Amino acid sequence: MRVIGLTGDEAVAYAVKQCDVDVIAAYPITPQTIIVERISDFVANGEINAEYVCVESEHSALSACIGASAMGARVFTATASQGLALMHEILYIASSLRLPIVMAVVNRALSAPINIHGDHSDMMGSRDCGWIQIYTENAQEAYDITIQAFKIAENPTTSLPVTVNLDGFIISHSMERVEILDDDDVKRFLPHRSPLYRLDVENPITIGPLCFTDYYFEFKRQQAEAIEGSYKTIMNVMNEYSKVSGRNYKFIDTYGIEDAEILIICMGSTCGTARFTAKRLRERGEKVGIIKVSLYRPFPCEEVIEAIKNAEVLVVMDRAVSFGAPSGPLCSDIKNVLYDFGLKIKILNIIYGLGGRDVSQNDIEQAFKLGFKLKLGDIKDKVLWLGVRE
Amino acid sequence: MVGGERIMVTLKELPLEDYIVSGHRMCAGCGSAIAARMALKAAGPNTIVVNATGCLEVATTIYPYTSWRVPWIHVAFENAAAVASGIEVAIKVLTRKNLMKQQPNIIAFGGDGGTFDIGIQALSGALERGHRFLYICYDNEAYMNTGIQRSSATPLGAATTTSPSGRVIPGKKEWKKDLIGIAVAHSIPYAATACISYWSDYINKVKKALNFNGPTVIHVLSPCQLGWRFDPSETIKIGRLAVQTRIFPIYEVEYGKYKLNINVTKPLPVIEYIKVQGRFRHLLEPQNSHIIKDIQENVNLQWSRLLKLCSIG
Amino acid sequence: MSKTGWRNLPIAGIIPKAGSSLEYKTGTWRAFKPVVDESKCTFCLLCWIYCPDGAVKRFNSNKKISIDYDYCKGCGICASECPVKAISMVEE
Repeated sequence: MRVIGLTGDEAVAYAVKQCDVDVIAAYPITPQTIIVERISDFVANGEINAEYVCVESEHSALSACIGASAMGARVFTATASQGLALMHEILYIASSLRLPIVMAVVNRALSAPINIHGDHSDMMGSRDCGWIQIYTENAQEAYDITIQAFKIAENPTTSLPVTVNLDGFIISHSMERVEILDDDDVKRFLPHRSPLYRLDVENPITIGPLCFTDYYFEFKRQQAEAIEGSYKTIMNVMNEYSKVSGRNYKFIDTYGIEDAEILIICMGSTCGTARFTAKRLRERGEKVGIIKVSLYRPFPCEEVIEAIKNAEVLVVMDRAVSFGAPSGPLCSDIKNVLYDFGLKIKILNIIYGLGGRDVSQNDIEQAFKLGFKLKLGDIKDKVLWLGVRE
Repeated sequence: MVGGERIMVTLKELPLEDYIVSGHRMCAGCGSAIAARMALKAAGPNTIVVNATGCLEVATTIYPYTSWRVPWIHVAFENAAAVASGIEVAIKVLTRKNLMKQQPNIIAFGGDGGTFDIGIQALSGALERGHRFLYICYDNEAYMNTGIQRSSATPLGAATTTSPSGRVIPGKKEWKKDLIGIAVAHSIPYAATACISYWSDYINKVKKALNFNGPTVIHVLSPCQLGWRFDPSETIKIGRLAVQTRIFPIYEVEYGKYKLNINVTKPLPVIEYIKVQGRFRHLLEPQNSHIIKDIQENVNLQWSRLLKLCSIG
Repeated sequence: MSKTGWRNLPIAGIIPKAGSSLEYKTGTWRAFKPVVDESKCTFCLLCWIYCPDGAVKRFNSNKKISIDYDYCKGCGICASECPVKAISMVEE
């Protein structure tokens, strides 16, 4: 174990190197570029025994990953924003074919207008694609989760692709202190993949046939079961990794929930700002708390319910818009879970930080204040846009 | 080996086995089924097939049945060449890591829609990157799987459901795209045209292409009885007419060097090809005679250009 | 015939059994069937190579061909391509 200074992108690239990846197929896009540049360096210098395919588009990046994964290789790609949108068609195919692929998504706003900065619109636009989706808070988590993602994806009962989400620029380009595992520890944690099935001339199978109305439905049911069944795999991997690294990973992370009246629920880099602000407010005696949702798909319903059940008001912060929907994507999930568990807790949905708009401690304080106002019945809005000019 | 000498194979030497077997649901008399079956006979069982969405893909793998006896994968419409790229690099690295011993051929099949149109970007990328694989475009000159819509491989004058022959517009207005010209522009080791009606030329080209250490492309004309509107028994005859009228010349380009494989010294007039297909029927009306003239002139022009490229004449 | 439920189907829609379409007989599509006159057949194998369905069977031992009517769709390419007119199409 040693400590080095890395940006979030560099931390991901470093993890990929240690994971002895076989094939990387990727197309450069801001703010993901550092990942592919570093990996290219590793390959060019012989520091990693892998093939890097400089594809001509993200669509082909993921398509090449599917081909390589179907051969039984360990496969990585990375993208952001428009790149993820261009992959959209293939995202669904990767998960339907149950092919393990790890993809770093350096979350960035979607056009138009074109914007290169961080928000969650890209991944949220593809949240139903059948991939396991994990959001990270900082470079350390981006590093740790990348290593764990391979083990989750390649678990034979799970066998699904995984995205590792890190906020564009805020995580991807900020230099941080990152604790790095020894190469041998990673090797022991992550032995080479044994695929469920592969393209093999000695055992020729057909992958990706045509299914009509008589079978398609059954395969979707089977796929739903696969991602729902992945909770156990993810938990086991997180527990095992915690032992190797000494850093504790869970589906959600909480702060102050024991007695909090107002809880902020958020994802990604905002969680750090929110936790810091909540600490200061608690020092002043305010009963506030934070829930960081790390595992977004499959959604950790039971863990979330357990954490929120005693709160009076939930402030759910969405860094993405679901246009025309009753609330943002994360808030919709929370409301759904509340209903299922028969809980009626007041909810305020806050849309914030679109296109990389900065989120300060003041903004978080403001969000808590709005939560208190909702508690007192002083506001009627269900969705508020924080930090936008009127 | 960098280049393939022509390994001439006779019919009697071809394997009895099929690697795409009976029970598929391609139409009766389907040219594309013939193209795939011949290619697999040439390539043999040590082959991985990537199939773009299209007639060949859907009609050979209707769940729970598959006609393929080689490992086969279909991902989407426009990305067969990209999927093949991933397979090729995976074989390379897994071999290097002693995790794999086999060195299979890789063949990607795409129809003209999946190749000329929606798949051209992925194909161009894969050719530029130099992956060792054979891309076979089985060209039936329209989107047949979805019901005969025009592609950029549809010949001028042909009526399709999206380039119909109407009162104002007499079928497709544009010339067919030059796929091999595009492939050759990537400086790949080998590119060739073929037609299913000339089995020996085609099968030997497949064998030859698989011997190059790099990307190779074969553009095989595969007549479609349904879309071209002729009797299913005529599939081979129609392909032969396409070649004998010089509408579809048979040539190959090896490291940039052009070679005419079938020299049609006494060509039939294009009308012989046009008049036997329903898709061109409207061209026989007197007001459209100029179109036939245009087609003939274009064929003459393209043929003389090809002869120059082949350093003939 | 009752079909398998999702719990017991192979994952991801893969078809593990190569060449399983042999279980699907396409011979019912046929309106005309090819009939071979063995006395004329020269075993040139053009019908064999040009059959889209692999429905012409070839026997090297006695240099004979036969039509597999389980799969032959009756397109008539074999009859059309036979250089010695040894195959004729007969209405079913």
